Amino acid sequence: MFKKALPLIVVLSAAALVLTACPTAKGPSEILIGINAEMTGDIPKVGEGTKYAAEIAVEEINSAGGLEVGGKKYPVKIIIEDNESTAEGATAAATKLITQDNVLIMIGAQASKQAIPAGQVANDNECPMISPWSTNPRTTLDRPWVFRGCFLDPFQGPVDAKFAMDELGAKKAAVLYDVASDYPKGLAEEFKKAFEAMGGQVVAFETFTTKDKDFSAQLTKIKAAEPDVLFTPQYYDEVPLIVKQARELGITCPILGSDSWGSAELMKLCGDACKGSFFSTHYAAAGAKGKTKEFIDKYNAKYGYVPDDVGALTYDTMYIAFKAIQDCGKLTGDLKTDRKCVCDALAKIKNFEGITGRMTFTEEGDPIKCAVIVKINDAGEFEFYKSACPEGME
Amino acid sequence: MTLAFFFQQLLNAVQLGSIYALIALGYTLVYGVLRLINFAHGDIFMAGAFIGYFVATLLVGVGIGWPWGFILTLLFSMILTALLGVGIERVAYRPLRTAPRLSVVVTALGVGLLLEHIALGAFGASRRNLPPLLPETWMQSVEINIMGEYLSFTWLKVLIIVISLLLMIILQVIVRRTKAGMAMRAISYDKFAVPLMGVPMDRIIAITFILGPSLAAAAGVMYATQYPVIEPYMGLLVGWQAFIAAVVGGIGDIRGAMVGGFILGFVQIFVVALGQFPALSFLSSTYRDLVAYALLLIILVVKPTGIFGVATRQKV
Repeated sequence: MFKKALPLIVVLSAAALVLTACPTAKGPSEILIGINAEMTGDIPKVGEGTKYAAEIAVEEINSAGGLEVGGKKYPVKIIIEDNESTAEGATAAATKLITQDNVLIMIGAQASKQAIPAGQVANDNECPMISPWSTNPRTTLDRPWVFRGCFLDPFQGPVDAKFAMDELGAKKAAVLYDVASDYPKGLAEEFKKAFEAMGGQVVAFETFTTKDKDFSAQLTKIKAAEPDVLFTPQYYDEVPLIVKQARELGITCPILGSDSWGSAELMKLCGDACKGSFFSTHYAAAGAKGKTKEFIDKYNAKYGYVPDDVGALTYDTMYIAFKAIQDCGKLTGDLKTDRKCVCDALAKIKNFEGITGRMTFTEEGDPIKCAVIVKINDAGEFEFYKSACPEGME
Repeated sequence: MTLAFFFQQLLNAVQLGSIYALIALGYTLVYGVLRLINFAHGDIFMAGAFIGYFVATLLVGVGIGWPWGFILTLLFSMILTALLGVGIERVAYRPLRTAPRLSVVVTALGVGLLLEHIALGAFGASRRNLPPLLPETWMQSVEINIMGEYLSFTWLKVLIIVISLLLMIILQVIVRRTKAGMAMRAISYDKFAVPLMGVPMDRIIAITFILGPSLAAAAGVMYATQYPVIEPYMGLLVGWQAFIAAVVGGIGDIRGAMVGGFILGFVQIFVVALGQFPALSFLSSTYRDLVAYALLLIILVVKPTGIFGVATRQKV
């Protein structure tokens, strides 16, 4: 009996193979978007924000009947892969999304440590990728297939340096950063360069490596150098340790951070110690207006907390992806052609009005947009303090 | 380097070292009795911190604060983690008592992964912070004037050092002055002859697994008070560092684990601190672990069995 069935099985499986190889001749039935996110590992709150914001964007599109491309509406589906907040995990997740799940475009990874290797995979496989949150230049450098939804460290570093000097009146700055992680390292160097170029003095440039919890030795050195400001561009899970230990050791100067601080979890872990600190970021939730407020309210109602900048940027990035797919005009169903078409459309986006500001992509795939300096007020909220724009923008 | 700077770094080093020492003791106790490197020990430390977190949340919830909240959290975390340790020994290690040593080491690694992923699955990856067990003022910096410069410390740091030293003294008393301790030392000396003398092997091993994990739990609670981020993988790096401390001190020797822990703390802190001298400016914090572990390797090259270790001769 099995012998007789064998040819049939062979024919059926061959047919199945042919069918999966080219799904339809007339174009896909749905649009697949891959999300490469930090769901577990060091920064799970980032992955959570990514997931929630992406789900809100997809829900909005699908409740309107799907994304309209060339007169036809396609339902949008997202596939989320966890990159475990590691570089290796990001590579594996990107490879799976691009070569196995056959997504049209990949969103993420978020942190530069993950986004830089994931960008390599996307570029090698010629699949468009947008990292909403990675600010390190190397993520998009010489990679025509890779884009991002946020400003860069060479912009953020000088913004922080200028703020420290002009607003905080600092002449001597100390820097403490993780030398094993791309984002803090890049930003620390940009800050130092800019602060020294403005005539300031970096009196302590101290490092540690990922997963260190004790910074007492470095902070004692920093204290001895008597800085006017301490700049620490670290992630929200390290900031509470650094700030608390700094205060315990009697460092009283203002502490300045970067966009990686902006997580709802920061205040939960840090408590009173972080109040009064500043950081540069993409948007300020307290006092937001218009579309931004609509998104914040929707997110807050659904998940019970105010979205982080990662959430807001991911939401914008989803809409940038939607717009690029729409601008493409037509989906052929041939993944190679469609990916190329979306990538070209992304590069042409001008004056996109997002909830984190207006964006226009440069040739490198980086948007030109403004930064915001946030002050953590006495209620523990991230309050708008000052906005800083690139030259020629307001 | 001013005097205040030196004493400040010394205090930092003693506090860091005392945590390493407490964890290192767990590795050394188990190794001494079973000749097993319990690679799950770092994760037992993590479990201790998590148990401490839940006990503390419960106690603070019903309004028990300083000092009883802290003492009870420490005690309950130690007791429950000791139970966990004994349970792990009973389920995972005892059936393999006669198996090749490699199988047991692999099992220990497996138990560690299991604990990490149980924590990840049950509690999620988001960070937790111990509820306030200590009075606010204990976390604030206190300054002492040393020749015009200020030394800052918190009472929390002092508390961690005092409790660690106290626990180490208690351990010494148990191992040196009680019958069970004598039996432990005897078993580590000869695993085959001692049970023939009527020493209950299983019970002594269970006691070892009470002592090690309860010290790890105490370290976990204090660590979580000083470094307020509790998460499923928190035991990994600290666990490895404590293991290295135990090896440097001479694994199997209790004084060795303590000395090893403090040496590691001192080396890690002072590699950074010495960068203050212009002549030693190459010792920046970037090379902290490189220089620290290179130094420890040198110790092992000079004394392969660790500082207090004695070479065991294998009879062929």
